[in-house]
Amino acid sequence: MNDTMGRYRTMIGHRLFWPIAVLVVMLAANTIYRPGFLSIELKDGHLYGSPIDILRLSAPLILVALGMTLVISTGGIDLSVGSVCAISGAMACMYISKQPDQNSLTVVLTALAMALGVALVLGVWNGVLVAVIGIQPIIATLILMVAGRGLAQLITQGQIITINSGPFRGIGLGHLLTLPLAIFIALAAALLVAAFTRRTALGMIIESVGGNAEASRLAGIRSGRVIFLAYVVSAVCAAIAGFMMTANVSSADGNAVGLWVELDAILAVVIGGTSLAGGRFFLSGTILGALIIQTLTTTVYAMNISPQTSLLFKAVVVIAVCLIQAPAFRAKFSRRRRSAPPPRPVADKPKEQVPA
Amino acid sequence: MTTGSLTVPRRTRFRLPRRQVPVLATLALLLVMYGIGVSQYTAFSNVQVIFNVFIDNGFLLVVAVGMTFVILTGGIDLSVGSVVAMTAMVSADLLQKGLPAALVLVIALLIGPTLGLLMGCAIHFFDIQPFIVTLAGMFFARGMCTFISGSSIPITDGFWTRMSQERIGDPRGNFVSISVLIAFAVVLVAAYVLAYTRLGRNVYAIGGNPQSALLMGLPLGRTRIAVYTISGLCSAIGGILLSFYTLSGAPLIAVGMELDVIAAVVIGGTVLTGGSGYVFGTVLGVLVLGVIQTLITFDGSLNSWWTKIVIGGLLFAFILLQRLIGIRYK
Amino acid sequence: MTDSRPVLTMTGISKSFPGVRALHDVNFRLFPGEVHALMGENGAGKSTLIKVLTGVYDTDEGAITLHGEPVSFTGPMQATAAGVSTVYQEVNLCTNLSVAENIFIGREPRLLGAVRWGEVRRRARALLARLDLDLDVSAPLGSYSLAIQQMVAIARAIDIQARVLILDEPTSSLDAGEVAQLFRIMRQLRDEGIAILFVTHFLDQVYEIADRITVLRNGGLVGEYPTAELPQLSLVEKMIGKELDVLEGIEEHSRRDLAELEEGTPLVAVSNLGRAGAVAPFSLTIHAGEVVGLAGLLGSGRTEVARLFFGADRADGGQVAIDGTSSSLRTPAQAIDQGVGFCSENRRAEGIVPELSVRENIILAMQAARGWLRPIPRRRQDELVDKYVKALNIRPADPEVPVRNLSGGNQQKVLLARWLITEPRLLILDEPTRGIDIGAKTEIQRLVTQLSDGGMAVLFISAELEEVLRLSHKVAVMRDRQMVAQLANDEGLDAERIMQTIASGSHREEVDR
Ligand SMILES: Nc1ncnc2c1ncn2[C@@H]1O[C@H](COP(=O)(O)OP(=O)(O)OP(=O)(O)O)[C@@H](O)[C@H]1O
Ligand SMILES: [Mg+2]
Repeated sequence: MNDTMGRYRTMIGHRLFWPIAVLVVMLAANTIYRPGFLSIELKDGHLYGSPIDILRLSAPLILVALGMTLVISTGGIDLSVGSVCAISGAMACMYISKQPDQNSLTVVLTALAMALGVALVLGVWNGVLVAVIGIQPIIATLILMVAGRGLAQLITQGQIITINSGPFRGIGLGHLLTLPLAIFIALAAALLVAAFTRRTALGMIIESVGGNAEASRLAGIRSGRVIFLAYVVSAVCAAIAGFMMTANVSSADGNAVGLWVELDAILAVVIGGTSLAGGRFFLSGTILGALIIQTLTTTVYAMNISPQTSLLFKAVVVIAVCLIQAPAFRAKFSRRRRSAPPPRPVADKPKEQVPA
Repeated sequence: MTTGSLTVPRRTRFRLPRRQVPVLATLALLLVMYGIGVSQYTAFSNVQVIFNVFIDNGFLLVVAVGMTFVILTGGIDLSVGSVVAMTAMVSADLLQKGLPAALVLVIALLIGPTLGLLMGCAIHFFDIQPFIVTLAGMFFARGMCTFISGSSIPITDGFWTRMSQERIGDPRGNFVSISVLIAFAVVLVAAYVLAYTRLGRNVYAIGGNPQSALLMGLPLGRTRIAVYTISGLCSAIGGILLSFYTLSGAPLIAVGMELDVIAAVVIGGTVLTGGSGYVFGTVLGVLVLGVIQTLITFDGSLNSWWTKIVIGGLLFAFILLQRLIGIRYK
Repeated sequence: MTDSRPVLTMTGISKSFPGVRALHDVNFRLFPGEVHALMGENGAGKSTLIKVLTGVYDTDEGAITLHGEPVSFTGPMQATAAGVSTVYQEVNLCTNLSVAENIFIGREPRLLGAVRWGEVRRRARALLARLDLDLDVSAPLGSYSLAIQQMVAIARAIDIQARVLILDEPTSSLDAGEVAQLFRIMRQLRDEGIAILFVTHFLDQVYEIADRITVLRNGGLVGEYPTAELPQLSLVEKMIGKELDVLEGIEEHSRRDLAELEEGTPLVAVSNLGRAGAVAPFSLTIHAGEVVGLAGLLGSGRTEVARLFFGADRADGGQVAIDGTSSSLRTPAQAIDQGVGFCSENRRAEGIVPELSVRENIILAMQAARGWLRPIPRRRQDELVDKYVKALNIRPADPEVPVRNLSGGNQQKVLLARWLITEPRLLILDEPTRGIDIGAKTEIQRLVTQLSDGGMAVLFISAELEEVLRLSHKVAVMRDRQMVAQLANDEGLDAERIMQTIASGSHREEVDR
């Protein structure tokens, strides 16, 4: 009995417990509301169903959030990801639309390579501003956030570029092994980032820089390079996400692609347990966070919640998720439940953790 | 053990007023930018141009003052834009329903601080990151806007139109609106609070090092909650000023304004990690954004995307220069 | 000297952190008009007891009374209001605020709600004068050294009209003069009937000022003794809980002759290295196997010299030669590549990465040197970490706890371990024994001797002259941000002579080279 209690405790105490619980609750609510929600069917060799849709639609957000996780872990923030999505999408679509054969694979690959190149430059730009010049990240990336929208529109000359390219559409809507290709891309990116950070010492070094930049410098870490790298990775992730977003609709709108994705990405990162102050980061948490956000969006549509109130709904869920994750909140809650508390001379009040 | 007689006189390090450098840099650059404007466009030298910058940005200034408090403690408030919109929306809606102007004012001015108070409590008591709490606040307030009405509501109330049209000026025809005066009053009060009251000093202490502030026996929680309430109040005032300015409440007005506000505060020399900055700097930051806007309007030839690019470029040039000057004098 | 009624009692106090029982059934009494030393090894629970008292932490069990009334503070604010004034371990002030404000914030003199700044500054100057300090009180606190910050923290605490004054390792970064000044004031306050709780690892200081001693060990109470009835040796035995031979300290180890050491090319030779506003240009050579001590008063530029050697600050001018070839130490990364290690005096700001685990903190410098692409295999990490956790007796011995949760002294040991595993050729130790208990201190001193015998060069900075003298082959003396002398540590050199050199700034006895 004691043993099961202990196991229950460790499970609850696990970092990912609450995000998973929230996800499960949301899926359950959907299923109750619409019993067919969880059903998946095989049509023309492809799997269809709401869960698959959620996975597919969350792929861009997962990508953006992965890069954002690294940036946030260094103690920074990247507001420009939405603009980078728009620019890369616009670049790719623009190039493809100019070619005689839009369905040619080489054309699409060239387009992607070009757009990725541009994204790299944008990432380097952010990285230089933050790591070399030393501008506060929120402002440094705000510059690109504002100007980037303009750049995207400049590329498309203010038009919405529509293309008709099978291979490009495949990035967003294609299938592989019965599952949407986008899921595999996001998964591959996640594994790649995880391998690069956790199989090498990069992850620890990033966390160290985010945790105490001066101490890291004095330990011989070239913090500038690490921070720089994080912004470049973030931009590249955003670019790939941008391809997916544009491929989904086969068109690029400089104004609309990736609008507010930075907020969702930051939200996903935080729900996943990474602190905005930098330091420890959790990739698996981030992915769960992105899934939660996408499920929320899908739920709002599925439940026919009027668009007017959908934001209210979102506010409530965000707060609820963060509350149950907050240790202070849980401490209060569990304290109240605990039977026969020991004499407690000090009033129940949250205590700051103060280092010795 | 030796005696105190051995203590050599300690020489203090030579220091420039480092804390003021960012603000001074901003001021200098602002003057340069204004100079460029004057040299390019003759009409730019008109005093009314400056007044117009204030008239167009009075609400932004008030909101930025509130944000300064929050950022000084090391926090952030993303809800301001939505709260501004919500306040304008609620006022317009209530006025349309025929409530007396005074009552509407009171109600409108209460909503923002209440939301701020709630957010502050969530941040303090449950230890949730300000970014997230205020993001939820932003969603909530924006949701309320669209909930009230999906489209813009005009304001025809006599008091509002009077406030909107009243011009206070000199004989030569230069004038400011009442909003500008209100904004200035807010600035002065805020500057006083920050410099001369315990609340203000606690704000700086908490921004410097919250754990130390706690161990020094400062009221950490009370101060934190207070700054979000103040920010809420400033947003509410900003919302009223905006409704004076536009004489309407629109659900999608002031979208993304929080970023302008944060930019203004940071350009004004306040550090995002907290603990250092001045309200006067924030005024300059708002002016920088305003003058950039004005320069672009004066040019008049830019289409919408070039406008964004140029704004980004100017912002970059400005921050870069500010940074270089700052390094120079450190 | 003491009243019969204690002003403060703590009974049956227990406090656990996840995985650690920091306090277990501890009783403590404090009488008016006494200086009461709280003693114990690193991690014994001293700071925790203090934080439980002032309400920074909840207690799990136990009761506290003040003036006979049961109290339960919810935080330092209430504690201060009730007349319990505290200087916590590590400086806990706001470096962005001015010196004057740090002293008075929270209880500034006001007129109609407005802070009277002139009055604040005037009073701050007066108060600091009492501590023999002459500072620019409107300068930001961060522009002063850690030691001065500590003095400011003390000034803040003694200005509060308190009945109980708690000082958690206030003397750790102070020099002898400063300590004397502090003790003078403590005696004065004691005679006014104030109860003082004092934590230190300096036994001499305990015997100089304390009336009674309470000893903690591993979170438990060992006992309470009048100072007069507890000889130094039994105090240490009570602290570490076993018979002691460490106290005898390191033997006067067969110190190799300086001349012999200084044959051949020096490992590092700097000439005219300096930095405006920090330290005047100086020249110094360090040979392999040599321990160079750096002596001087607070703020005399000791730390600044160390930082230049490590590239933590960039020198304005001067040359550096390593192994006889001209080279540069412009960034820490460069210095580390050349085999230099640096243990900063300011462990919280410049040392630990609080969130990372003990293991990660220890391997950080080594990993940084290898580059991120070549992670240290986990097994090797565990070996190294285990070895040093044992060797330095780091507690708790679990390498996976975040360093944030360690006691101050144990954090210091972690930092030391960080550099030791990189096996540097030159190790710069800035106040490595500050805040470290007596056992560990001897251990570290022994380690330094061993390392230098093994051929490592050490630049050793300490406010304790005895320590410097015991370890170094050569002592460089700093005064007023200048290196005024370099003295060979031979028979003729003692603390007295170093003091004189500091006082007179004489260049006469410089080592010929
Ligand atoms: N916030 C915390 N979380 C977890 N464990 C903690 C925390 N603070 C202290 N501890 C643990 O409690 C024990 C007692 O620590 P404390 O800081 O009281 O030691 P101390 O006697 O002051 O030591 P030192 O002389 O090194 O300062 C240590 O094992 C420490 O690791
Ligand atoms: Mg301690």
